[in-house]
Formats: sequence, structure tokens, C-alpha cells
Amino acid sequence: MDILDILLSASFWAAAIRIASPLIFATIGELICERAGVLNLGIEGIMVAGAFAGWIAVWAGLPLWGGVAVAMLTGMALGFVHAVLSVPFGLSQHVVGVGLTLLATALTFYTYRVVLPEVSSPPKIEAFQALPIPLLSDIPILGPALFAQTPLTYAAFILVALVAWVLYRTPLGLAVRAAGESPAAVAAQGLSVTVIRMGAVMVGSGFMAVGGAFLTLSAFDSFFFEMVNGRGWICIALVVFGAWKPGKALLGAVLFAAFDAFQIRLQQTGVGQVLPYQVFLMMPYILSILALVIMSRRAEVPAALMVPFNKGER
Amino acid sequence: MRLEPIANPTVLRRYGPPVTAIAATFLVAAILALIAGGDPFAVFGQIVKGAVGSKFALLETLNRATPLIFTGLAVAVAFRAKLWNIGAEAQLYAGAVMTAVLGTGMLGWPPALLLPTLAIAAMLAGALVLLIPAVLKVRLGVDEVVTTLLFNFIFLLFVSYLLEGPLKDPMGMGWPKSPRLIPEARLPRIVEGLRLHWGFALALIAAVAVWIVNTRTTLGYEMRAVGQNAEAARFAGIPVTRVILKTALLSGGLAALAGFSEVAGLTGALTLDLSPGYGYTGIVVAMLALLHPLGVVAAALFVAAIFVGADSMSRAVGVPTYLADIMLASALLFMVLAILLTKFRVRRD
Repeated sequence: MDILDILLSASFWAAAIRIASPLIFATIGELICERAGVLNLGIEGIMVAGAFAGWIAVWAGLPLWGGVAVAMLTGMALGFVHAVLSVPFGLSQHVVGVGLTLLATALTFYTYRVVLPEVSSPPKIEAFQALPIPLLSDIPILGPALFAQTPLTYAAFILVALVAWVLYRTPLGLAVRAAGESPAAVAAQGLSVTVIRMGAVMVGSGFMAVGGAFLTLSAFDSFFFEMVNGRGWICIALVVFGAWKPGKALLGAVLFAAFDAFQIRLQQTGVGQVLPYQVFLMMPYILSILALVIMSRRAEVPAALMVPFNKGER
Repeated sequence: MRLEPIANPTVLRRYGPPVTAIAATFLVAAILALIAGGDPFAVFGQIVKGAVGSKFALLETLNRATPLIFTGLAVAVAFRAKLWNIGAEAQLYAGAVMTAVLGTGMLGWPPALLLPTLAIAAMLAGALVLLIPAVLKVRLGVDEVVTTLLFNFIFLLFVSYLLEGPLKDPMGMGWPKSPRLIPEARLPRIVEGLRLHWGFALALIAAVAVWIVNTRTTLGYEMRAVGQNAEAARFAGIPVTRVILKTALLSGGLAALAGFSEVAGLTGALTLDLSPGYGYTGIVVAMLALLHPLGVVAAALFVAAIFVGADSMSRAVGVPTYLADIMLASALLFMVLAILLTKFRVRRD
């Protein structure tokens, strides 16, 4: 297969959008947290927990969207832990985030073993099926890529538009952005920085968990321990790459996913015979680091990111 | 609510919260054990028995604590200077790779010469692995948390490549492992007949060495100053960039010693499952030790005991071993909160 053949095939772009979907959810979740001034390093563990919670809920008999809701609530509960420690108590967001990732991952694996003590391979569920949109899905290349995906992928794109609208067009969005730029100004308006930040962390964590649940409810139909595999950390890089803007973050996630889909296909070609497969698997992580390096010069970091706010302190 | 600094903390205020944090950790574990159908007292009893109940168990705990002391020191040194090194896992493997490359026959030297060479080479490898994120941080302002985390994944894939390619054991029967180290490259046991190698002694020496660096040298003072307030440190004439880079070299080198000690002391070969997350657990160890190098030794022993104990508890009672991971993660979160509460009072608005 030629490189050009890969780039012009509909299946390649369809795969890119599919790979991008969980990243979009989690990146938007992280973006909400960071716009409010909180770096949420719990993302990796929250995605693991979301992937498991959504899957086990469906396995226990809930409908698929019920599984998504359970994942969202799980994420919000974990987000609450992060929010309490990092916002009113103002503890180091690095330590709290890493601690939460360790806790969420351990709790997930523990629950898995308690619920399914004797299974050698995890049970499968009926995952989301592709829902082609009439007419639009018949467009060559673009149609199968964008309009023959599962409902959860459509939800990811709708979410980006929704979050962008809330952030830039509503008083709530203004308050969230201000909490991350100039919390003192928010407090001067009589609003509670604590409430805004805690809310942002909880909602953002909920979306991260849905990103994890995409893996078990849409991309695959089962749960594996190493499933999330650093995607959360990649999403943190994507937020930086997207300059903390929802639209750019979406673009970054799709670009990144396209590259990931490309390297998978490249392994089948002549290049794959020459290079060891580990080099291809490294690509997403190396790409994330490169994205951070490239964007570091013009990054527009929220001014109060990682700065705890204490009312009355100047 | 708001936080109010406490000028003269009472004894209760200073030790109450940390003790409560430990108690809360055990309470969480007890509830989770009950949910899993285990009797909490039996669970904790088995953990203690499995960790220190016999000579074999005790030695196993000391062996397990060895890499955790190194990674705990690595994290403690870095965090004290506010260099957020979450990549001890990668640095550990860098040290292990170096040990396997040089120790499997490339250098046919006597042990007295070979072992120090291996340790120093391992430290250099680990230091270099952390130097990249540290340079990106000081030169371009790239957040080191994400880069060190991503390096963990990259480096593990690199090790996987080595074990299937250049470092593959021809006698390994397809199992991804390196050839065995030559006998001269193996760390001997401290007491003949007891399953405890010199890596443990090296870890204790490293802890004392870091303590001396912290308290008795200019670098130790500069690292703390940079960690407390980089701007003020710069204003006071401390070369902040150079201090951060030196911290990175020291931290990466310490983490790499964990890899050296595991390969040369315990396994005798490089494998892909050499570390079950010692790099990440090092963060818990360092935080529980309040970043104090001698506290790291105590915290590593505590953490190792819980891990070793949980293994045998799980065999005996049937509660999953992940209970140990939950205990450590919640201990970390409770403890950072407790430390805050030793210094601040919570007031209602």
C-alpha cells in the first residue's frame, strides 16, 4: 500500500475520527478545568475509572446511554475529590492529580477483581453501533469518515461546539474563564471563585470519564487494564497544543488521531518491515512532546493556572 | 471557608492530623475489605504477618523496599526543588538497561572495578533521561510533568525493542529478557545464606548521602531556595537554571540506581516487568516521608511491607491485592491534606 493510497482511503479517515473521539471528550474536560485555573492530572485515572464504570453498568443491564451517564457521574465524583483538595484547601495540583490517578486506577482494578473474581477474560457487551446519517454519509471519503460513526462520536463533536458556546457566549463561561485568568476580579463581582472552580473541575472530570467510557462502549466492547495507556497524558498535551481553545483542541485531537491511524497503517507497508514496531507505538508520545515544544513559545496559558485563590489575599 | 496560618502550633495540632490521616487510610481499607467480603481484622492481620511475620517475609520486605528507597529519594530530591519528576519509572529502566548492556560480558573486569562502573554508568543514563525534560523546562518552559510522564511510555517501548532486538537473550526461548549478567556484575548478598543483597545497603548509603547534600552543602541550600521561591532565589543571586539542571541529574541518577540494584542484585537480567510501577510508587514514598531523605527509608519500608503483606493476604483471605494500591494512594491524599492542617486552621467566612 502506498502512502497516498492510505491518505485517500475513507477507512483511514474514519479510523482517525474514531481514534480522536475519546481524546476529544477528555481534552475538552481538561480544557474546562484548566480554563478555570486547575490543572487536573487525575485525568488518566478518571479515564480508567470511566471506562470501567460505563462498561460494568452496561454489563449489569443498563442501556448504553445509561452507561455513559454512570461514567459521567463517576468522573464527577472523582473530580469532586480533586476539587476539594485543590480548590478550597489549595493543595499542590501536581501531587493531588497524580495521587488521584493512582487512587482512581487502584479503585477500578480492585472493583474489577471484586465484581469479576474468577474470569480469565472480561465479558463483552453490545457496544454502540455505527449510525450512518442519511445522504451525508454518501459523500465520498468525507461521508464515511464523519457521518457513519457511532452516536458517541457525534456527541463528542456536539460537545465541543456546546462548550465553546458556553465559554465564550454566556455569563457562566465568562465567569469560568475569569476564574482562570483573574480570580480576584471574579471575587470582586461577588461570585465565589471556589464554587466556580470546583464546578469546572467536576464537570471537566465527568467529560474525561466519558472519554474513557468511549473506549469500552464504542471503540471496543470490553474492559482491559492497560486500556487507557497514557491517553490522559496525551490529552494534557493536546490542551496546550490547542492553546486552551475548544476548536483548536478539537483540530489537534483529530490531527493527532490521523497521525496515529497513519502509523498503524504504515506498519503494514514496506516501512513497517524496516523499522521495529515499537518505533510506531512511540510516535503518539513523541508527537505529544513535540507539540508541547512547538507550542510552548506562543502558548496562552490561563494566567491563574495552578495558582490557588484565597479571598482577602492580594 | 478560608485558611488561617497558625503561629504557635500545639503538639496536638502538629501530630494530630498526620495520625488521623493514617487512621483514615486504614478505615477506607477496612470498608473496602468488608465490601469484598473480607474481615478487616483478618485482612490487616494477614498483611502484617505476610510483611514481617517470618524471616523470609521480612527479607522480602527489605528487598522490595530497596528500589522504593531509590525512587523515593529521586522524587524527594526533585520535588524539594519543585521539579516535578514523574518519570522515575523511565529513569529506573535507563539504569537497568545500562547495567544489562555493560554487565553481560562487555566489560570483563573484577567485581571491585565492575560494580562501581556499572552503578555510575547507570546513574549517568538515568540523569540523561531526566535532563531532556529539565532542559525543555528551563529553556522553553515546557511543563515537565507531562514530558516525564510521556517519557515513561516511550522508554518502556524502547526497552521492549531492545529485548526483542539487540539485547535479546539467544537462550531466552522467545521470552523477552536479556542474557544473564556475568557473575562479576552481580551484587553479592550482605550475609551469605540470607536473601538480601548489597543494593539495600547502597540504598541506605544513598539516603544518608542525600541527607548530607540537603543539609550540609550549598547545592542542598540552593535546591530548597529554588523550590520555595524561584523568583526570590534568582533575586538572591542563585543560578536557578543551573540548580534545576543539577537537581535533575541527581534525581535521575538516584532513580537509575533502582534499576541497577534490581538487575545486579535481584533478577540478574533485564526484563520488561522489572518494575511494577516503582517509579510511581516513589512519589507516594517521597510524600509520606515529607520529602525528607531519611524519612524516605522509613516510608519505603512501610510501603514495601504493605505490598508484600497484601500479596500473602490476598492468597489467604481472597481480597484483591489492589487494596494495597488503594491504601497507598489514599494515604498520599490524606497525608498532603493533614500536613496542610498542621500549619493552617480552617475558618468559616
